[in-house]
Amino acid sequence: MLIVMLIISFGVFMLVSLLPGDAVYAMLGDTISQETYDMVYHELGLDQPLLLRYGNWMLGVLRGDFGTSYQFHMPVVDLLKTRVPITIFLSILATLIAMPLGVLFGVIAAVHRGKKIDTVITLTANACSCLPQFWIGIFLMYIFSVQLGWLPSFGFTWPWENFGQHILELIMPIICLSIDGIAGIARQTRSSMLESIRQDYVRTAWSKGLTERSVIYIHTLKNSMIPIVSLLGVRLSYMVGGSIFVESVFSIPGMGSLLVRAITSKDIPVVQACVLLTAFVTCAAYILTDLLYVLVDPRIKLTQKD
Amino acid sequence: MENLLQVEGIKTDFITTGKRVEAVVNASFDLKRGEIIGIVGESGSGKSVTMLSVLKLINPPGRVVGGDVRLAGIEENILSFDSKGEKMRNVRGGRIGMIFQEPMTSLNPVLTVGYQIAETILTHKKCSKAEAKQKAIEMMKAVRIPDAERRYNAYPQEFSGGMRQRIMIAIALAADPDVLIADEATTALDVTIQAQLLEMLKELAQTRGVAVIIVTHNMGIVARYADRIYVMYSGSVVETAETDVIFGCPEHPYTRGLLAAIPRLNDAKDRVLVPIDGLLPDASNRAPYCAFYERCLYRKNSCAKMPIPKLTGIGTNHFVACHLTVAERAARQAELLEREQRKTPKKQIREETCIEVRNLTKRFAVRAGLLQKTVGYVHALEKVSFAIRRGETLGVVGESGCGKSTLARLIMRVYAPDEGEILFHGRDIAHEKERNLKDVRREVAMVFQDPYSSLDPRQTAESIVGEALKIHHLCPDKEAYGKRVSELFRLVELDPELRKRVPHEFSGGQRQRLGIARALAASPTLIIFDEPISALDVSVQAQIINLLEKLQAQLGVSYMFIAHDLAVVRHISDRILVMYLGQAVEIASCEKLYEMPLHPYTQALLSSVPTADPVLERTRQPLKLGGEIPSVLKRPKGCPFSDRCPKAMECCHILSPELVDMGEGHMVACHLYGGK
Amino acid sequence: MAKEKNYRYEGISRFFRAMFGRKIVIICTAIVLIIIVLAILAPVIAPYDPAATDYYHMSQKPSMEHLLGTDALGRDVLSRLLYGSQVSLIVGVIAVFVACVIGSLLGMCAAYFGGVVDVVIMRTNEALRCVPAVVLAMALVSVFGGGVRNIAIILGISTVPGYAQMMRAQVLSVVRRDYVTAARLQGNSSIRLLFKHILPNCLSPLIVMMTQQVGSTILSEAGLSFLGVGISVPTASWGTMVSEGKAVLLENPMLGLIPGFCIAVLVISLNTIGDGVRDALDPHLRGEI
Repeated sequence: MLIVMLIISFGVFMLVSLLPGDAVYAMLGDTISQETYDMVYHELGLDQPLLLRYGNWMLGVLRGDFGTSYQFHMPVVDLLKTRVPITIFLSILATLIAMPLGVLFGVIAAVHRGKKIDTVITLTANACSCLPQFWIGIFLMYIFSVQLGWLPSFGFTWPWENFGQHILELIMPIICLSIDGIAGIARQTRSSMLESIRQDYVRTAWSKGLTERSVIYIHTLKNSMIPIVSLLGVRLSYMVGGSIFVESVFSIPGMGSLLVRAITSKDIPVVQACVLLTAFVTCAAYILTDLLYVLVDPRIKLTQKD
Repeated sequence: MENLLQVEGIKTDFITTGKRVEAVVNASFDLKRGEIIGIVGESGSGKSVTMLSVLKLINPPGRVVGGDVRLAGIEENILSFDSKGEKMRNVRGGRIGMIFQEPMTSLNPVLTVGYQIAETILTHKKCSKAEAKQKAIEMMKAVRIPDAERRYNAYPQEFSGGMRQRIMIAIALAADPDVLIADEATTALDVTIQAQLLEMLKELAQTRGVAVIIVTHNMGIVARYADRIYVMYSGSVVETAETDVIFGCPEHPYTRGLLAAIPRLNDAKDRVLVPIDGLLPDASNRAPYCAFYERCLYRKNSCAKMPIPKLTGIGTNHFVACHLTVAERAARQAELLEREQRKTPKKQIREETCIEVRNLTKRFAVRAGLLQKTVGYVHALEKVSFAIRRGETLGVVGESGCGKSTLARLIMRVYAPDEGEILFHGRDIAHEKERNLKDVRREVAMVFQDPYSSLDPRQTAESIVGEALKIHHLCPDKEAYGKRVSELFRLVELDPELRKRVPHEFSGGQRQRLGIARALAASPTLIIFDEPISALDVSVQAQIINLLEKLQAQLGVSYMFIAHDLAVVRHISDRILVMYLGQAVEIASCEKLYEMPLHPYTQALLSSVPTADPVLERTRQPLKLGGEIPSVLKRPKGCPFSDRCPKAMECCHILSPELVDMGEGHMVACHLYGGK
Repeated sequence: MAKEKNYRYEGISRFFRAMFGRKIVIICTAIVLIIIVLAILAPVIAPYDPAATDYYHMSQKPSMEHLLGTDALGRDVLSRLLYGSQVSLIVGVIAVFVACVIGSLLGMCAAYFGGVVDVVIMRTNEALRCVPAVVLAMALVSVFGGGVRNIAIILGISTVPGYAQMMRAQVLSVVRRDYVTAARLQGNSSIRLLFKHILPNCLSPLIVMMTQQVGSTILSEAGLSFLGVGISVPTASWGTMVSEGKAVLLENPMLGLIPGFCIAVLVISLNTIGDGVRDALDPHLRGEI
């Protein structure tokens, strides 16, 4: 994972060099004098060799210094301080909600394979994973805010500031964000369950005279959870991506809306920080997944012991 | 009721893509208390499906459509029970225990073995969890799992295949059932392990008073263990009798054909195997007459006009499903015997050496950790030496991990050996670069075990067979190429008309013929066969063996024939190399090796193989060979066999013995004969 | 030769029979075909110029003149929808093509050469997978800018890791099969081995992945455009239209909901076709390979 983070950080750093034109112009506009240009050029250290610049930048990053935003002329860290927690909070909450619901629907569909309820769940899940998230958001907003007026259509409040407000504001974004995850996990659980049900050890379980409940919930489900847990990291990474849309739809002041603004104004330091942070969160999720994996799958422990 | 289990007319269908496949048409059998019966048949005979049907374990799209199963003490037909209901669950595990074929996949990988055994006990016995655990540990001891208390909490993947199958037995017997069904329970295991397991099963059954149903395709196993035998063909029982009768005077043409097709350890060396021609009938489109009619050597035209024959008694406990009378069959048999006086084709062995291998050694590095550092070596092959003469067949036998496949792949130079020489026509090719090997590749060919994975699914039969011709520019023009391909097809007894088909349109036996044709294409001098028939059915095996013998006599090629079936190897080979854990332990001519095996491992191996001859079986006492085959990673010091050898001496644990010539080319690597 | 063609033909017809065995796949294929035809014919059948603003007819409800009404700048919604389908399809196809070519080449190289090449490619791959695809695409947009061509290439690049990984695994598994060993032992050269025996057997999962990816790529394009970092105005894109519709949700909700509905229908249809292709090519179901 360390190596992966290094590769990412280098790639992220290279974004500046890939920029057509020049970072200085991007920062200060095209109408600056040659003198200012040279000064800023030197100040930014652009006259130093690439690897040295990378080293310096990386050292800064490790100390929590992501540079200065071209657009707002203030440290990137200060910009992100209030925003990143919101995005991470939304993503993790949505994942935590999507996980059990997805597994539940998946198991129901698999157990009733070929029956009506299976068809309904499968079709809904298929449709939900094809719907654009932002559109679901607008749809919800149209119904619950515009037509019914039940829920606020924008904003974000932390629970300790105003709990009621927090819940109300959160309902639509979380539904919107987790729906895709629920659908995906449900589909995966279903196919994974059906795969397990066909295995020899399930036949062995039946041949022992166990009840249907133990066969399904002990022998099948435990095995089916392995691939689902292994993709938890990927899920979280999707959620972070998805929260960008949700933040944009519901005007939530998270990292997503900042990133969008940074991109339109080519504010590279902000982009760099955002990419690096999302990658870091995903990496952390991957490591967590690996740890969880050991809990679900006893085979892993073995290979590591050998 | 006299019988413990009585099964009448089981009928099971599978619906796939709109077609109805009648997997079992009419299977009936009965079982008395304490009895061991065998149900034999080739793949597709419906023997496993019958067993699953008895317990209603058939999954959709399969369905048990008919039958009557009575179990002593239950007044109803147990097939009428709901398959997930309580009554059925009490029968499963509680009255009838079952062991399946695949030890690797039949145990749940995420649950401890102890839990899996205790679960059965808790389901069927009224006891506390602690008692169940105690009983489970007792069961583990009963199936002789060493260190049972500690291994109670181990997961299945910490056990070897043989040990896992022991655990399966423990699960099946945990709730003290009356019947134990062993569905191909030992097929996936090595011979010595198979013998251990079956002996143990027999003992357990006797001490616990359990009746056993052994389902297998191996005639030897039923000859050794079963009291009565049911022979199944294409979904029906075609004959049943006591074991001696089935082997002594079989009546059904299929049973006779089956027995004529299998090589036995006590055969005359030049006995000709008589394969059963043709294929199993299509189970989705059954004819209204006898299913064996198309392949039957005894058939009369009237058979096709009569309905499917029913089992009719012709002696005590002897029932046959055939329209012909005993006299008619006897007359026909005499007729057939007269015609069948075909001899094994004569082959010529020349003194000239085709290939010689000296001190061949291969070690695979075991890597681990982040940086893939080498932490040790697997000694796949240690100093193996032998030679094959022109036109000779060298059989190579050994159990899993003995390095026989590695040996084949080294000679084929799939990879390079670490040490040693491979002298091909006097030239050392052991360390030759790939680009210099092209002419060797033309002269040495290989036939693989799995006829399904060894043919490129996207090529036509013609391009598979003819590829070598193109690569080595053996045909000047298209016409010659076409002619040669047709010739190759005919050589392996395939219709050249089939040349444009793709592999999946061929049956297993036909695919293996294609593999042989491919090997023959460039007229090689040596062909290496890596278990070429072990994936095939008995009747097809005989066809391939006969074909190989014919081709060798005709073309004078040398064979290296790798197999684990000792009877087959004996039938086809001139000399035999026995391997154990990467070492050659004995090399001898075929007659010598089977009559007077010297190495204790060879002796154990031979005594472990059950022969399809119950009379002989009664006189043989299987040599008790304890222990598991050690993993190649944990080779014992000294002689690799020292930890299992009943005659091991002190020096065996220290020094690895060298091959010593005991006269007439009979070489053995054992300290017992070191003094000579 | 005639007979050989016959067998090839049989394979193809079996594929189609397996694929169109389910009604839903036929319906979805029809929908996609209709959308493709409409996209091609857009210049002919669109009643108005999609970019022409009309300040006299702003934010109109559907009428005979403007079948689906007009947007806040007076542009005809139907015309914009028709032209928008062009963008979606072009981006989807180009992106998948780019991803497939680069990804499978990288995957093949990693599997075939192994060693350092493998480590470098796969580690980079892993790194790319750690960044959410949207974020990655956005970062690339920030550097290269938007526009149909750029977006297509960027979306292609951001899905490369999936292809590379799949192709690597596939090649590795095919290489291990007996028939490849058999072909090698016949004296085939490595090049011939690669192109005649290994590649043809890697194609079906690649095709399956491609058909399944078109839909999700279109979804991503719509997403980027919705955020305002994708297809730039005045080019009509369904994503941009949803975003514009959001601003007038109170007055004219249909403006945002209709293009979103179009995206959903197109993506659902494409994914269903993708599933159909998978089922038809799946060796497990056919039990052939």
